[in-house]
Amino acid sequence: MADPKVTRALALQHGLTDEEWEKALSILGRTPSYPELGIFSVMWSEHCSYKSSRVHLRRFPTKGPRVLQGPGENAGVVDIGDGWAVCFKMESHNHPSYIEPYQGAATGVGGILRDVFTMGARPIANLNGLFFGRPDHPKTAHLMKGVVAGIGDYGNCIGVPTVGGQVTFNPCYDGNILVNAFTLGLLRADKIFRGYASGVGNPVLYVGSKTGRDGIHGATMASAEFSEATEEKRPTVQVGDPFTEKLLLEACLELMAEDVIVGIQDMGAAGLTSSSFEMAGRAGSGIRLDLDRVPMRESGMTPYEILLSESQERMLIVAEQGREARVREIFHRWGLDAVAIGEVTDTGRAEIFWHGERVVDMPVGPVSDQAPAYERPMREPAGLQSRTALDVASLPPVAPAAALLALMGHPDLCSRRWVTTQYDQTVRTNTVLGPGADAALVRIKGTTKAVAMSLDVNPRYCKLDPFEGGRLAVAESARNVACVGAKPLALTDCLNFGNPEKPEVMWEFARSVDGISEAAAAMETPVVSGNVSFYNETNGVGIHPTPTIGMVGLLEEVDARLDPAFKEPGDAIVLLGETFGHLGGSAALWVLFGLEAGSPPSLDLSAELRLIALLQELAAHGLARSAHDCSEGGLLVTVAECGLASGSTLGADLSLATRGLSPLARLFGEDASRAVVTAPRGGEQGVLETAARLNVPAAVIGTVRRERLVVRLDGNPAADLSMAQLRAAWENGLRPIVG
Amino acid sequence: MKVAVVRFWGSNCDHDAIEWAPRVLGLASEVIWYEERELRGADLVVLPGGFSYGDYLRPGAMAARTPVMEAVIAHARRGGLVIGICNGFQVLCEVGLLPGALLRNQTLTFLHQEVVLRCETAGSPFTAGIGKGRLLRMPIAHGDGNYFADAATLSRLKDEDRVAFRYVDAEGGLDPAHNPNGSLDAIAGILSEGRNVLGMMPHPERASEALLGSSDGAEILQSVLGSFQRA
Repeated sequence: MADPKVTRALALQHGLTDEEWEKALSILGRTPSYPELGIFSVMWSEHCSYKSSRVHLRRFPTKGPRVLQGPGENAGVVDIGDGWAVCFKMESHNHPSYIEPYQGAATGVGGILRDVFTMGARPIANLNGLFFGRPDHPKTAHLMKGVVAGIGDYGNCIGVPTVGGQVTFNPCYDGNILVNAFTLGLLRADKIFRGYASGVGNPVLYVGSKTGRDGIHGATMASAEFSEATEEKRPTVQVGDPFTEKLLLEACLELMAEDVIVGIQDMGAAGLTSSSFEMAGRAGSGIRLDLDRVPMRESGMTPYEILLSESQERMLIVAEQGREARVREIFHRWGLDAVAIGEVTDTGRAEIFWHGERVVDMPVGPVSDQAPAYERPMREPAGLQSRTALDVASLPPVAPAAALLALMGHPDLCSRRWVTTQYDQTVRTNTVLGPGADAALVRIKGTTKAVAMSLDVNPRYCKLDPFEGGRLAVAESARNVACVGAKPLALTDCLNFGNPEKPEVMWEFARSVDGISEAAAAMETPVVSGNVSFYNETNGVGIHPTPTIGMVGLLEEVDARLDPAFKEPGDAIVLLGETFGHLGGSAALWVLFGLEAGSPPSLDLSAELRLIALLQELAAHGLARSAHDCSEGGLLVTVAECGLASGSTLGADLSLATRGLSPLARLFGEDASRAVVTAPRGGEQGVLETAARLNVPAAVIGTVRRERLVVRLDGNPAADLSMAQLRAAWENGLRPIVG
Repeated sequence: MKVAVVRFWGSNCDHDAIEWAPRVLGLASEVIWYEERELRGADLVVLPGGFSYGDYLRPGAMAARTPVMEAVIAHARRGGLVIGICNGFQVLCEVGLLPGALLRNQTLTFLHQEVVLRCETAGSPFTAGIGKGRLLRMPIAHGDGNYFADAATLSRLKDEDRVAFRYVDAEGGLDPAHNPNGSLDAIAGILSEGRNVLGMMPHPERASEALLGSSDGAEILQSVLGSFQRA
């Protein structure tokens, strides 16, 4: 079949703008060939080029004494001492997961795993952030079941434990769910592999699965809005094969143990095209490829299709000259193809041949790192002011016990057991704390260390104030890490937004980036990797801004850790941090009144830093027996969660003063920078003194008791619930969705 | 005692199994590649968990046809010790060293959770040191762990005291709510006729140090070593 004639109209169909088409013509000095047009379209897609976000992402703090690799590579790398480093990144697979939830989510996990092991790291933990539409939306159950099974089957088969994450429901995701996959790997700090195509004459090897027609233009699909017609895009969703990925993982790590590899990169979005252009671009070199040598799954594929295929479980390797045989030997042992398909040149051009005929001849730099970048117009959304106006006094009074039951049984706050039991959480025998803890904790064998990880974002906060929402997401994820006793080190992010061509979306994006930047700088947790996902819109309606933060921390002594579970009756319960009773954007407003209103709580970064330091000190000195972040749902939900974590045998006697706050605000308000800790009877003094020394407000609010959760406000009974009753509500919260 | 761990292409619990004997017993583990035909003098062979060939056919069906399994079968026929964990149990059923089959979980989903096992017999090298009635905590992690056998096989297993472990509640009682995958008669692990081959779905190698929540799984290896030294 002959290639179609390349015209401006065809370029526009490929998603290029008029301006980009002119730029392409001027770069080449001629009309592109059909494969070249395909390359322009994917390399300059939003997904690959970050053309709307690049100018903003520069504001992120990305450097720090522990950062060994910041943004720009397949994943970020952070030093954890003793010669070890961790490599991590988070990525979205939103559109594919909506179209085909099982395969979309599975290949999301596969892609992020490859990003990490391509750096030379063995993946040791997966987390994921899942955002579904309203619980009773007709598609939610189908999407949730497919996504969870897809994530589980991929991670379980390859043997990487899924140890935590976030599941959130909101009508804003009805037509555009989010699947954000995070992977962390372990490597030696002096053995980092990067995506460089350097050394003239070095062979370029294709390894892994064969190439098929699946996923062609997946990157382009991820760069446009959704509509009903999107269902037709099912063929652009890739199909995952975790077993092959396991073989690829073992073969790559085995190869990396020898001095054979110069550079390596995953063939992810835009497949062979992006991997070859990016590798040559980073090295400032050129590359020559013979496409007819690419292992193919089906016959009759054209150069255009081979270049744009997003078949999974493939890598591009630049090897030391003369070592191809060793690469082949290792890959064949694992049953995989390893074929030399080209070589590194010094021309600065990508020259691609098909049976000897030159089908692509493009300069690498102008197509990859000098791709278009836009300063898109920004405008604060109309009506934001009225949304943030909230008259708390006009809310009807609520009975605290009924409110607590409603919150604990709500899909946003209830038990995630239906989800997490589908994930292997303990393979590789490192999982010290899995799902349900504030942060997952994975020990590093051969050391006393453990790595803590938490994913967090509150989309309601971000909708109401993207700047404050961004700051709060960083603060809460750092606090989560500190709640297990670890020191926050660095973060990755997955920035999920609507259509960037809308000034309101761009404003939300820029404000979120500013908020994340400010908090990350204050916390000294640089952004070392990440991903932007725009066009999360269906039929013109965008999602709430959802900048998911993945925070990674280090616990030097794994034995000095904390978890959220109450331990012994009679233990003192201490609330750390200050209570203002802030209700704007709270779970209580949403669950009890259906309101997404008000402004999110304001965050004092210095207070947050003091709390985080305190939590680490309480853990290190064994002063506390448990610790739990007090955030979504407020104080009473936090205390109930500590009881449920104990296996529901323990509850609490709480005695609180309202101090002018309504019961709703006192018990369910969401103030930043708070945590609930327990200390053995008589040991609360140690907690209070340490808190005083670090200038963190702290007060004993009650004691741990058996079986019930009893609350007194200003000495009067306010709530009295059995833990069994709470447990029933909490455990059955997802039942209406998943059965 | 020499311990060997077989590594198939997709054995993803291979590292966990390889580290098990060093951690619990201070003994080294040999690693045997699936293409090998010799077990290098191993006394105890461990078939680890994982998805040996992706489970695209029946779990364990492909692994059952690898060269190394001929050696494992010969080893078992000579009375050599074999433990198959999770996928390893499935492989042992596929090669016929153990009776029955592991069907899809009753929930039709993968299941990872901590379970309580009751040791049902002290009459094997794997359980002699544990003792009948003792409760062990460890995780399960599988999609196909629903043990099934025909009525004649089941009654033979019971008559010959070859049920090694059952799923029970925290107090040690049988309860369908605590039989997570729907296994016949709550069976979590069984012994071969010669009592030298153990297959079990739960993961003792993941529950062999207190840091990870339970060290009960270590008792199986300790029992094997004790029996081996007495023999």
